[in-house]
Amino acid sequence: MRHIRGRKEKSGKSGWLFLASVLLLYGLAALIDSDLTLNAAGYFLQIVGSVVPVLVLVFILIFLFNLFFDAARIERHLGRKSGLKGWLFAVAAGVLSTGPVYAWYAVLAEFKRRGMRPSLVAVFLYSRAVKIPLLPLMVHYFGVDYTLVLSLYLIGFSIISGLLMGLIEGGASRPGS
Amino acid sequence: MIAKGCRLNKRVKQSAKLTLQTIVNLLPIIIGMLLLTSLAVTILPRAISAGLFGGHAFFDVLLGALIGSVAVGQPLASYILGGELLDGGVSLLAVTALIVSWVTVGVVQLPAEALLLGRRFAIVRNLTCVVFAIGVSYFTVYTLRLIG
Repeated sequence: MRHIRGRKEKSGKSGWLFLASVLLLYGLAALIDSDLTLNAAGYFLQIVGSVVPVLVLVFILIFLFNLFFDAARIERHLGRKSGLKGWLFAVAAGVLSTGPVYAWYAVLAEFKRRGMRPSLVAVFLYSRAVKIPLLPLMVHYFGVDYTLVLSLYLIGFSIISGLLMGLIEGGASRPGS
Repeated sequence: MIAKGCRLNKRVKQSAKLTLQTIVNLLPIIIGMLLLTSLAVTILPRAISAGLFGGHAFFDVLLGALIGSVAVGQPLASYILGGELLDGGVSLLAVTALIVSWVTVGVVQLPAEALLLGRRFAIVRNLTCVVFAIGVSYFTVYTLRLIG
């Protein structure tokens, strides 16, 4: 518990340091090109409005995860002994997930803290590349064959990405084991 | 029954406290990332419209993967940009590398990913995803050539 609290405090401070660095970058950008920086600030205000509803949803999800998903349950479904089911679940969840990726970092961080394997985090993040609602648009631009082949390779590479991250981060187990 | 209700009440309070802590930790990261994204979105179109493609085939693929890596915004934008680049004569290999790295690599999101999921995890994952984007583009295009 002390370890977790310490890590949270560290992550909290790092977050503010990160924000301060970005603000500093804006300051530097304003010195070089003030019009561009103003445009960027205008774009920021524009996207904040569209991101707020997603963030509210994410915070509700985090609350529900905190309430219903204890470490044991996550360990069972997405942990070291989750086997093939865990891999398939991570791929499916990644493909079906919507919204900006950074919103999912928080959810995945909570899951990882409670026992989710790093390999499955990587699988989830990679398989997000397959966007079901956007497939018709991809077909329109690149054709059916291209869309199918690319989607299959993306799913295949999501597994490879998971295996590789598992090897590097440690505690890897192959799908099905 | 009352004991069960008390337990649930305690769990709800505990979950709310944990969630509030997460929000406080997360807010500066999200605001910072949105600011960084806005800056990148403003700068990037200038860089892409500079007519960078058209060199050696592999250099174009690498360039596509690198542009996709620093690009931000909806994947929808990558399809539209990819379609335009394809019409403009850029190879399908380079366009595929751009589309794939656009949705799998996040240089702009890297600080947030590192803070929340771990520095080593974020760096290694993003680096391997750049390499994978090149691999996926070659596999896709050559498979399409094979199946006619």
